[in-house]
Amino acid sequence: MSTVRYQGRMHEFQKELMGRYYAELTRGAETGQGHAAWMLISGNPVELVRAFDMLPVYPEVNALQLGVRRQSLPLIQKAEELGYSIDNCAYVKADIGLFFSGLKAPFATIPRPELILCNYVGCGVYLQWFEHLAEYTGAPIFNLDIPTVRGPSGRARPDDVRYVVGQLEELIALCERITGKPLDQAKLRQILQWSKETGDLWAEIKSLTKFVPSPFDAYFDAVTLMGPLYCLRGTEDGLTFFREARSELAERVRQGLGPLPDERFRIVMEGPPPWPYLRIFRDLFTKWGAVAVASTYSTVGGLWEFGFRHDPDRPLESIAEHMLEYNLTNRSFHQRYQQIRQYVEEWGADALVIHSVKSCRLFSAGQGDMREYFSKELGVPTLLIESDLEDPRYFSEAQMRNRIDAFFEALEHRKLVKA
Amino acid sequence: MSVEGTIERARALVDAPLDRALEPWRLANPEGKVVGWFPVYSPLELAHAGGILPVGVMGGGNQIEIAHADSRFQSFVCSIVKSTLELGLTGRLKALDGMVFHSICDPAKNLASVVRRNFPELWVEFVHFPQNLTSPLAEDYLVAEYRRILDRLTDLTGRRVGDEDLRRSLAAYNASRARIRRLYEIRRESPQLLSATESYLLVRAGILMPPEEHAALLDEALDGLSGRDVKPKDRIRVVIEGSFCEQPPLELLQSIEEAGCDILDDDLLLGVRWFLRDVPIDGDPLRALARSYIDGSVHSSVKHDLRRTKAQPLLDKARGGRAHAVVVLAAKFCEPALFDYALYRKALDEAGIPHVFLEFEEKMWIFDKVRTEVETFVESMLFD
Ligand code: SF4
Ligand code: SF4
Repeated sequence: MSTVRYQGRMHEFQKELMGRYYAELTRGAETGQGHAAWMLISGNPVELVRAFDMLPVYPEVNALQLGVRRQSLPLIQKAEELGYSIDNCAYVKADIGLFFSGLKAPFATIPRPELILCNYVGCGVYLQWFEHLAEYTGAPIFNLDIPTVRGPSGRARPDDVRYVVGQLEELIALCERITGKPLDQAKLRQILQWSKETGDLWAEIKSLTKFVPSPFDAYFDAVTLMGPLYCLRGTEDGLTFFREARSELAERVRQGLGPLPDERFRIVMEGPPPWPYLRIFRDLFTKWGAVAVASTYSTVGGLWEFGFRHDPDRPLESIAEHMLEYNLTNRSFHQRYQQIRQYVEEWGADALVIHSVKSCRLFSAGQGDMREYFSKELGVPTLLIESDLEDPRYFSEAQMRNRIDAFFEALEHRKLVKA
Repeated sequence: MSVEGTIERARALVDAPLDRALEPWRLANPEGKVVGWFPVYSPLELAHAGGILPVGVMGGGNQIEIAHADSRFQSFVCSIVKSTLELGLTGRLKALDGMVFHSICDPAKNLASVVRRNFPELWVEFVHFPQNLTSPLAEDYLVAEYRRILDRLTDLTGRRVGDEDLRRSLAAYNASRARIRRLYEIRRESPQLLSATESYLLVRAGILMPPEEHAALLDEALDGLSGRDVKPKDRIRVVIEGSFCEQPPLELLQSIEEAGCDILDDDLLLGVRWFLRDVPIDGDPLRALARSYIDGSVHSSVKHDLRRTKAQPLLDKARGGRAHAVVVLAAKFCEPALFDYALYRKALDEAGIPHVFLEFEEKMWIFDKVRTEVETFVESMLFD
């Protein structure tokens, strides 16, 4: 089998930018400057943190970087020696292992936090994780409480928005104390403007996969775009990156190019990838000519493709709305079903692939019901495979290959019969 | 009546299938609604004030075979989530008109959606409890959330709830909680008089009946207890931590006791014991309930309170009860319990309080291994 090359200009640019971001973290760690704020990916208020010139640090991103480099297992085991269970989320264990190894990762040295900002959106593990970090580091912690979207309408309530805005004001006061300077309103507006434009571009990029062939893989390649979307959102660099990415991908649409020589199946992917085996995992699908045209994982940080934009004229309200309503993890399972359904219908997908990961129960608990809904009620062919996003002990290539091969064989047969 | 008789009555109720346990109430209230609540804590007062019977649904215990729910929730999800769904899939939630879930953990959150989808005829609500208890805004938020729940309950019953109704309910639950507190005092002061398993049955019966009836049942038990005369035994005094949601089988508690432990305190059935003090009944009742959540409720892994370290309340509980040791009894795959164990372990070691860590599943039925483990632990302590 010829190996498929997935790299394009945007991948190189992404590497460069993420390299710079990590160099900044290392500099922060070495000089003790930069006011590091540890925060979480899903629906975060990074715009506020940046307005204070604080350095956003994302333990989740660090954990996945360790996973991709296959460096996570010894750190996971270190955390298990401290009493964490084999059944706990492995992101947390890799991160805590990293903390107790002096915060030295192969890609950066992580600065110690001056603020532990638990931007809780849906994931209960977030709360536990950051409480533990606060105890270990002794840094001040702020738990932003974001009520889960819980009514049948799936909308955030005005009460909830006000509640979150009020907490953001408390957070601002805390950041003012930590950095010793007042919030610069003009700067916050500028940052939100950059975020807004980034949102426009990202939404546009996400819609390009409606073309046949899809110009990029909305699961595996979307991951490349997610680093800058979360780590560099609200910066000029981040915005430049998305301008370049958009023009490269739009160009591919014009040329009729996809990530594979031949797009044979369009799939929707649900669940985070198995980082330590990313390449192997991808090849299991490309072998069948399967391209992801949409994925839920690429919406953990925000749902711009369904219309959300940060708003410089309503800074705190729009940050609150992002956290409350426009990210995957603060929504109900039911809303996720509707999102996937929309992907299947509007993006013209042939099947749904659910990668169930043991670490993340927020993502996975109940995915059997999701499969039931899609295959039984909607008649969408659905495959469920299991491994983990960080812990290499749960990845069985042979087993995975068998399931995937059998599924695509059946799908191919179905296509033939239909034709 | 002898206390044994009261305990047996409680046991019969706890062991009965849900619809049978609810039969007497249903007969007496033919038009009444019954709403089940998932652990850990639920504002029962709100339902009760609306004339609804709130009923604790604590999974399926070891009475139920999981045959259907396994295909919906994976092998690495705790048992109570699956057994609760199994109750539904086998028609056993038909005894209820609705279910309430809470923001305690990720599987519970997803379960709420799965239940909603699979049982469209069931009224389902989800309560989000504030996770930022250091913020002065938490109280107003929770009042608004309680008001929202009240409105939703009105949708179910067609009945508006006034402040007086709420106050009556606060008082009724205060009364039953005061009696539960008394049971726990007895266990701490003279554990030989009341075993943890007996007290468990008495408390658990309460999740299946109105608080007024529960208070009467507990009065009867307390009355009977005053006649008991048992000599203290040479055993170690322990507190149990980690069983706040999925409940361990009764036989497991019994095994721990038989292995030589007096269980002085625990976090079983935490929801009905949530408040440390009475909820004030003067003033605005919703505010009183919200304020009690924030400032007057027990510690739990699923309640996030940054005003103290995670293990501090456990240390206080152990020291306050003059416990010799802590038994961390965590439900298998229960992420909140398993996480906090790491911090508990560190704090207990630093405080010089011995502990043993055990995992359980509600549907386990062989206890020899646990028993041996606890026996070894007890011996190591007695002969140290
Ligand atoms: S449970 Fe999932 S969302 Fe939560 S921290 Fe772990 S991987 Fe992230
Ligand atoms: S036992 Fe633990 S993981 Fe399971 S529902 Fe309860 S709190 Fe959540």
